[in-house]
Amino acid sequence: MAAERRGDVAILSTDGYINNQGGEEIARQAYAQLETGARALVLNLEKTRIVNSIGISILIEVLEKVMDRKGQLAFCGLTPTIDKTFRIMGLAQYAAIYPTEAEAVQGVASA
Amino acid sequence: MSLDAMGAREISLTIPVAPDMEIVATAQAAAVGEFIEMSRDKIDEVKLALVEACINAFEHAHARDDRLHLIFRVGRENARDFLEVEVLDRGRGFDQASIEQPSPEKTFSGRQKRGWGLQIMRSLMDSVAITSGEGGTRIVMRKYK
Repeated sequence: MAAERRGDVAILSTDGYINNQGGEEIARQAYAQLETGARALVLNLEKTRIVNSIGISILIEVLEKVMDRKGQLAFCGLTPTIDKTFRIMGLAQYAAIYPTEAEAVQGVASA
Repeated sequence: MSLDAMGAREISLTIPVAPDMEIVATAQAAAVGEFIEMSRDKIDEVKLALVEACINAFEHAHARDDRLHLIFRVGRENARDFLEVEVLDRGRGFDQASIEQPSPEKTFSGRQKRGWGLQIMRSLMDSVAITSGEGGTRIVMRKYK
């Protein structure tokens, strides 16, 4: 997993299966970014093809923490299956989903 | 692959109840999906449904043999090819009527973050049949090409 900071936007790029361990790693990185001043998070999942429901439940916890701080969270690079699953579980109601990282960064920066 | 009397071809796989074994199962699902030239996106849907079936069994079934028994079956019905995955555990079973339906509202109010497995399976597959009792649970999921 890779992390990059552009001003107050943190971009976390995942790689591979997101299960409980993968989700916890994302949460750890996300919370570290929030603690060091990030206002918005972009989760780029273009190198991930499976996110299981445990991983998604951890992503929801991250989203809730961002919402508590009045911040922004956006996803990008989702496969159609991940996109569908996020919509089933309601993430799409609370977080923006963009096709590309550039659009996601622009979206959270202007929000 | 063996050819059974119904003209379906199938592969059996047994995996231990252990972390990440669901990924071993998805590799087999992908191989069988590719065999019938199913699209990558549909294979992804089968893989995630299978992951959810496996982790549900890992967490809740308490299988007496500490194993999950899988059958990957390809066949043809009404001129449409399909991939069918059967997941069998020899665990304690569950009462489907007692399962609380998840919803985004419950999830985001903090009341129920987990419990989405069955809903995800049903949403991603064309059909899901579940039989469960004292002998264990059998889930048969089908996806048309």
